[in-house]
Amino acid sequence: MRKFWCLFFMFWPMLAIAVCVVAPTNGWWFPSVAPWELGQQIDDLFNLLLIITTVVFIGTQVALGYVLWKGTTVKTGGAWFSHGSHNLEVIWTILPAIILLFISLYQMDVLARIRVMSQFPEQARDAPVAEVSARQFEWRIRYPAPGKKLMPQPQPTDLYTVNDLHVPVGKPVMIRLRSEDVQHSFGLPELRLMQDAVPGLVIPVWFQSNTTGKYDIVCKELCGWGHYKMQGELTVELQEEYDAYLQALQAKMNDDGFSAEANNAVAQSNED
Amino acid sequence: MSIATHDTAGAHSHDDHAHGGHPEIGFVRKYIFSTDHKVIGIQFLITTLLMLMVGGALALAVRWQLAFPWQWMPIAGDLEVFKDQGGIISPEFYTMLFTMHATVMIFLVIIPVLAGAFGNFLIPLQIGADDMAFPTLNMLSYWFMWPAIVLFGISFVIGGVTAGPAAGWTSYPVLSAIASAAPGSGAAQTFWLLAVTCVGVSSMMGSVNYMTTIINMRAPGMTLFRMPMTIWGMFITAILQSFALPVLTAAGFMVLFDRTMGTCFFVPAGLVVNNADPTIGGGQPLLWQHLFWFYSHPAVYIMLLPAMGMVSDILCAFARKPLFGYKPMVYSLAAIAGLGFIVWGHHMFTSGMNPALGMTFMVSTMMIALPSAVKTFNWIGTLWGGNLIFTTPMLNSVAFISMFIVGGLSGIFMAAVPVDLYIHDSYFIVAHFHYVLFGATLFGVFGAIHFWFPKMFGRMMNDNVGKLHFVLTFIGFNGTFFTMHLLGVAGMPRRLADPFNYPYLEHLLPLNQFMTYSAMLMGFAQFLLLGNFFYSMFWGPKCGRNPWNANGLEWDAPSPPPHGNFDSIPVVYRGPYEYSSPLTDKDYLPQTEYIPPRPQPGTT
Ligand code: HEM
Ligand SMILES: [Cu+2]
Ligand SMILES: [Cu+2]
Repeated sequence: MRKFWCLFFMFWPMLAIAVCVVAPTNGWWFPSVAPWELGQQIDDLFNLLLIITTVVFIGTQVALGYVLWKGTTVKTGGAWFSHGSHNLEVIWTILPAIILLFISLYQMDVLARIRVMSQFPEQARDAPVAEVSARQFEWRIRYPAPGKKLMPQPQPTDLYTVNDLHVPVGKPVMIRLRSEDVQHSFGLPELRLMQDAVPGLVIPVWFQSNTTGKYDIVCKELCGWGHYKMQGELTVELQEEYDAYLQALQAKMNDDGFSAEANNAVAQSNED
Repeated sequence: MSIATHDTAGAHSHDDHAHGGHPEIGFVRKYIFSTDHKVIGIQFLITTLLMLMVGGALALAVRWQLAFPWQWMPIAGDLEVFKDQGGIISPEFYTMLFTMHATVMIFLVIIPVLAGAFGNFLIPLQIGADDMAFPTLNMLSYWFMWPAIVLFGISFVIGGVTAGPAAGWTSYPVLSAIASAAPGSGAAQTFWLLAVTCVGVSSMMGSVNYMTTIINMRAPGMTLFRMPMTIWGMFITAILQSFALPVLTAAGFMVLFDRTMGTCFFVPAGLVVNNADPTIGGGQPLLWQHLFWFYSHPAVYIMLLPAMGMVSDILCAFARKPLFGYKPMVYSLAAIAGLGFIVWGHHMFTSGMNPALGMTFMVSTMMIALPSAVKTFNWIGTLWGGNLIFTTPMLNSVAFISMFIVGGLSGIFMAAVPVDLYIHDSYFIVAHFHYVLFGATLFGVFGAIHFWFPKMFGRMMNDNVGKLHFVLTFIGFNGTFFTMHLLGVAGMPRRLADPFNYPYLEHLLPLNQFMTYSAMLMGFAQFLLLGNFFYSMFWGPKCGRNPWNANGLEWDAPSPPPHGNFDSIPVVYRGPYEYSSPLTDKDYLPQTEYIPPRPQPGTT
């Protein structure tokens, strides 16, 4: 019976590892390769932790299996009368301590580059591309007019959209993140990034994408019944396209839906 | 030495003394408003087992929505209240479901089953006392659970199925602080907060009592380092509770005031929440997170340390071996408790607090994995070379080790802040805490129920049914929760009523369905436990004082122990784990057994 239970307890770790091995080919893994360096470093860090923890996982589960399989080591059938081992205690305290300390120091750098304002790339820090204000249940986006800088206070020339954030490709960009009502969280899973939007705070967030395309903006902090549908879209495009987008947005904003048509009509009649 | 001998005459006189002039206690005083720690413990146990089924039903409803979004809900779908929405789970109801699931499981199951049920039942028995230090306070601590249960119940049903407590168990403001932020949650969220206060009062009464009892009422010879690990776990938990809980209670009142009286502890100015006055403000939502996690991080250990202790006892009893490294086990418990107070910020890595603060929290969090690792190694060491007996409690305890390893290791991923920026608030977190809270704690509790049941009722539970329950739960558990790590890595956020709204998550639907089927299996398996429990209570085979041949003091008392517990005050001669000692021919050596010193060869 002992061996049966040993196999029972050993079966599941093997299954768990097998599931993890086939996971990436089934799409049960990271959504796609992160399109920027820091995102990839986060993945690398994850993989490093995965290696370390897998070794520990296998080691401890095998040790557990071994002691279950082996049972008593005493010839007469009783149990080994032992209160422990001082040396073993010292070893298995110091060794994990070193590994854990190593892990926590090793990742400081990536963390600092993502989070500490003074470490942000200068061009991003000086010129935020947009202000993203979360509210139940949408993302409101405020851009400065082309050629202008984003001011902390809204300007008459500012451009607005909802749930549709555009940024240029291949360069660091910074947004100012706010919340207008409850707490939300600005999540870019494909970029491995998230930052809570906290009422009353303005939080700078920087990122970069080296490939053009569309990415999901996900609200990751419970913000009410409509939390699940608080979905936005990040469009990363070439600088020309981005400029054109802002121009078009400006044209649309300045258009009152009436005078342009009238002007057209006047121009038309003048031609006639 | 006369008190050390177990003659029945001594027992008799003790009994007479205990009941003095009141030989008869009425039914109500004996079983309902009882001040006997054993009855209170059993009351807690039965209440929490029933709450476990309630919490489980809520969880299954959550799982239903994740596997079959917006589809007619089985069983409950036919109820009148769901008519308006066609028998489906609305997003509002989904939010209530996971809020109440977590609330019930944490405040009405895990915390009270450990401290309330086993703490009450075991502390006096294991330290050799006749009752708790403050029996009436003890009774109140149980009865303060009921206002909480009623208030939680009211908060759940008051608004029908479209409005209720909707801010998650973490209740982050501003969502929880301004009633109009979650329409309809008005009174419900308020009742929810009051209920949390009541469970807090209940726990506080318990902790004060446990600390006093353990410090003052130990039997002669029961030095601190002869206490079983269960007692150490309960003791340190009680200390954690009494330091951390006041913070939560105060914070809870602050939100309550924000909601009902317009104070603005957590509400900054300039918000445009539905119709709320935008000019008020001046508060800071992050303050709540600091206060809440200052309690709730220690609380996750409140939900674990007693189970760690009980599992240590069970493992020794069925490995017939002393605990490997008793003192390191005690010190690591203390280290967890100490470090537990300086890591709360790891729940706030993405909250926008100062990154420098985040870094210090990262280091302290990494370090708290260390005592956890030391404990794991020592448990494996305890089994090493043991004369293993695979009873139901033993199987559950081995599962505890195996599952705790996973929960501890996944904690490391989240403690690494850059990685947490991706997996925070995803299903990876959900996997992590279910591995520790269910995989470890609840399996430990299952083990403890089967282990101490004979002492509680003087009857044995059926071992085969126990094993079947264990196997099904274990399979269902891993099927449900291991896969959640993968969902988390694939980026699926928690708390979404319909994650498949997002194109990048659509392909995860089949995996979610598999998890839901596993969860159903696990849910049904719990009826085996309940059936076994209540059947054995009345019809299980009778057992003697010490059915497992274990060492602890509790096995020295009759099963079930009478009012006043022991025949005579026990005297303790050694630690609780002297199994297979060469000093005797039996493979166990109870703490109370006196062995005359052997004449030393060469002397005389
Ligand atoms: C090995 C040591 C552990 C480490 C390093 C660790 C680390 C963490 C971290 C960093 C988080 C926050 C993750 C996030 O929200 O992004 C977390 C969440 C959590 N942990 Fe642990 N943990 C450990 C052990 C435990 C234990 C033993 C328990 C319970 C018995 C536990 C219960 C929880 C719970 C309930 C949450 C989630 C709370 C919520 O957001 O609702 N953890 N853990
Ligand atoms: Cu949101
Ligand atoms: Cu924590």
